[in-house]
Amino acid sequence: MSLIEGISYQLLQSLLMVLLAPLMLGWVNQCRAWLQNKSGAGLLQPYRVLRKLFHKDVVLAHNASVLFRATPYIRFGCMWLAAGIVPVLATDLPFSPAADVIALVGIFSLSRMFLALAAMDIGTAFGGLGARREMMVSFLAEPALLMVFFTASLISHSTSLTTIVQTLAHAKFVIYPSLAFAAAAFLMILLAENARVPVDNPATHLELTMMHEAMILEYSGRHLALVEWASAIKLLIYITIGIALFLPFGIAEAGEWSALPLAFGALLVKLLLAGSGLALLETLSAKMRIFLVPEFLGTAFLLAVLGLLMHFLLES
Amino acid sequence: MGMHFLQPLNLVAGVILFWMALGLFGLLLQRRPRLITGLLFPAGAAGGVFLLLIGGYAMGDSSQTMVLGFGLPDLPFHLRLDSLSCFFLALLGSVAAGISWFASGYFRTMQGSALGLLCLQYHVFLASMGLVMLADDAYLFMVAWETMALSSYFLVTTDHHLPEVHKAGFLYLLIAHIGAIAILLSFGVMQGGHGDYTFGALREAHLTSFWASVAFLLALFGFGAKAGMLPLHVWLPDAHPAAPSPVSALMSGVMLKTAIYGILRVTFDLLGTPLLWWGALVLALGLVSALFGVMFAAVQTDMKRLLAYSSIENIGVIFVGVGLTIIFHSDGKGLLAALALTATLYHSINHAFFKGLLFLGTGAVLHATGERNLGRLGGLIHRMPWVAALSLVGALAIAGLPPLNGFVSEWLMLQAFLLSPGLSQPYLNMLVPVAAAALVLATALSAYVMVKFYGVIFLGQPRAENIRQAHDAGWWERLGLGWLALGCIALGLMPVAVILQLDSVTHALIGQDLGNTAAKSGWLFLTPVAAQRASYSPVFFLTVILVVVLISFLAVRLFYTGRLKRGPAWDCGYPAQTARMQDTAEGFGQPIRHIFGPVFRTQVELPGADDLKPKYRVIVQDRFWHLIYLPIARSVEFSSRQIGKLQQGRIHVYLLYSFLTLIALLLLIR
Repeated sequence: MSLIEGISYQLLQSLLMVLLAPLMLGWVNQCRAWLQNKSGAGLLQPYRVLRKLFHKDVVLAHNASVLFRATPYIRFGCMWLAAGIVPVLATDLPFSPAADVIALVGIFSLSRMFLALAAMDIGTAFGGLGARREMMVSFLAEPALLMVFFTASLISHSTSLTTIVQTLAHAKFVIYPSLAFAAAAFLMILLAENARVPVDNPATHLELTMMHEAMILEYSGRHLALVEWASAIKLLIYITIGIALFLPFGIAEAGEWSALPLAFGALLVKLLLAGSGLALLETLSAKMRIFLVPEFLGTAFLLAVLGLLMHFLLES
Repeated sequence: MGMHFLQPLNLVAGVILFWMALGLFGLLLQRRPRLITGLLFPAGAAGGVFLLLIGGYAMGDSSQTMVLGFGLPDLPFHLRLDSLSCFFLALLGSVAAGISWFASGYFRTMQGSALGLLCLQYHVFLASMGLVMLADDAYLFMVAWETMALSSYFLVTTDHHLPEVHKAGFLYLLIAHIGAIAILLSFGVMQGGHGDYTFGALREAHLTSFWASVAFLLALFGFGAKAGMLPLHVWLPDAHPAAPSPVSALMSGVMLKTAIYGILRVTFDLLGTPLLWWGALVLALGLVSALFGVMFAAVQTDMKRLLAYSSIENIGVIFVGVGLTIIFHSDGKGLLAALALTATLYHSINHAFFKGLLFLGTGAVLHATGERNLGRLGGLIHRMPWVAALSLVGALAIAGLPPLNGFVSEWLMLQAFLLSPGLSQPYLNMLVPVAAAALVLATALSAYVMVKFYGVIFLGQPRAENIRQAHDAGWWERLGLGWLALGCIALGLMPVAVILQLDSVTHALIGQDLGNTAAKSGWLFLTPVAAQRASYSPVFFLTVILVVVLISFLAVRLFYTGRLKRGPAWDCGYPAQTARMQDTAEGFGQPIRHIFGPVFRTQVELPGADDLKPKYRVIVQDRFWHLIYLPIARSVEFSSRQIGKLQQGRIHVYLLYSFLTLIALLLLIR
């Protein structure tokens, strides 16, 4: 594969992820509306929201520092980088050696830390509260996520996402019990890290329950647009990581232009299913009390560690 | 002959003498404080830079020895410079340089004899740490070790009129000496009855595995006490905050590493062939220290105590690396041992840089505000932009975030964990991933701690009136902070170059290095084992993020509006917001206290229903203090009271004792 071809693949995938992320959010919201017997705002609503926010002026608190203004851009940059690393359509992209799964977790961690610091920057009651809760969720979810990745990398003897996905996609169909545990843990982490029900509620502005929304309360205009967009990309990345780890079938090797349409079709079907599944899950469950969140995430962590141990007991 | 004096060993010895001389000059020049802070401290920093250069240059050379004719009669001092000492000397020099620059600004308000003494103690402290790494016999090692302990004790008690500083100094001195006794005994066991205490002879002495284990355990105890390993950590959270900030930085950043140097020297060099269970023990102690340290750091309300507990965590992480190295090495997995050892050394130097940086940052804050209590700080990013920006680098680095240096060592260590399958011990095979989970939890918690640390000090609104007048640090301070921050960035962005340097150390200690594989994909991509297995490129990482930030910034400006209005904070529409409504350090500790409740010894005082002045008080204490230290202290007091009864103060009673002793001896030696 020539370098030019590789880079064009890379840019295509990153652009696709960044541009389609709001659509995925729209699909999840639409499915949830349908499940709740509402007509819904339409698939394109997140784009309209972004457009509206970009056109508005920013209202910045008197106390805001440079950190507060830089964070939306940094978060957006982190998510763009992550979107370039995860194998979505094809494996073996030129960006992928820059970061393996551990570094991928590091990217999320970096963007989260900046957001938490920005939330504390204004010095309001809700900002600090949101930052504290977000960091509480993350210090439980991040180890669990790494454990999930470790299970996958022990199976494929690599922490590089490309190698993991290639191994899992092209191996003969084998059922790994460890991966089943890891998948359950991953689903729980996905809900927690993307501020979804039952851990957090993206639609709430009720003081006592909000986490992510409390952090971004002071953002407005283009800053808010970038933060929301980055969150949408993050959700899409998490879903595609889940697909890449647990349902990698149909992904194209790099340079196989002919396999691309099939890969795209397979990805689309998987994404639609995952989005409706997420909506179903959110409709069926209720937001849990904040003190139950550590138990929820502790369970995820234990499931992931169990998966890891399962690998050692049964598969090695 | 002329070239002979330019040997690296002579140059290192020269830097050590230079530091000693600076200390003496400080004492002589105590009437000229400008000269001490403006000349002597920067000169000491230049010595540090020189040491870094020699250490880096000589790391790949073969070892050099030297015998100095002074010392005890018939016991000359032996010096030796090898790659391990070069590495730790480079660490000492590079971090000491930044700290000395900072110190020349920080101490400029001090006057007279106090400053002269401080200058002496400070430079003797530096010189003794250098000498610890050069010593090639047990005598010189112990002399240097004790000089280090005493000079740092005097530095800790600089503010000796405060009772808590006094107490912290005493506890430090006590545990330092208990540790020193253990190290001395360890050397005694290692010489194996020959009576020759040069390190060369200790290497040659062949011990049975029992005596080797005894020597190792004594060394682990002694060096663990210096490093702040659990359960010998109690002095650390008291002593490090009590010292002036540059000294805290030196103690946390460098002095703790002399203990790591000692444990590596004893385990891999002097004892030679470590046993598997030593590794498991060190690994377990390291994990417990790491988790304990970070959990306690999360509930602290004093910014320097928070950093001290975070040092316990990082020392724990380094011990985890040492333990892994021992396990892999004794199991015959050379490449993995090299990987784990590289991660250990890398984390040692990383911790020296970011902890030094953060302690200096708290020093600047303390200087500007007079406050150490997190409950009275806040919003300093507006008043102290330099310190805030440079401390942010340290906070992100210590939280283990890419592309800074903390992430590299964490990444290497996790790679070593992930390569563990295939150990000959099946139980160990199972436990290693669980250990990886615990390590990852500790790292994730350290990000939590750093959000608390940075957010409460630098962000938000000032929590007390007096800090609104805080001023930014001076240029010397900025230079010191900037040097250390630059180190954090450089160590983060150039892992391949650093690892190639470290290879000579790992090669000397365990006979294996990463050079063949780590740099295989060029300097841009770090591939510790193989490119398919794992790769990481911090430069690439940073470039992509920066490019996207730039493009998105320009695109937003180009296509949309750049208009901005300033207004009051919204905060869900609450009208009356004060600085007291912000989240506090205690608030940030609350989830940790809630989730990890049994770890802490917590006393809560709740107000009654009809209290007119309700008070809510939470006291968090260290369980080890009550489980181990207080019972020991009580039994020591009890036994000394009992022994004290022998002392009657009357001459005929003492004559009676002599008489009884004589009778007893006559009966025994009949």
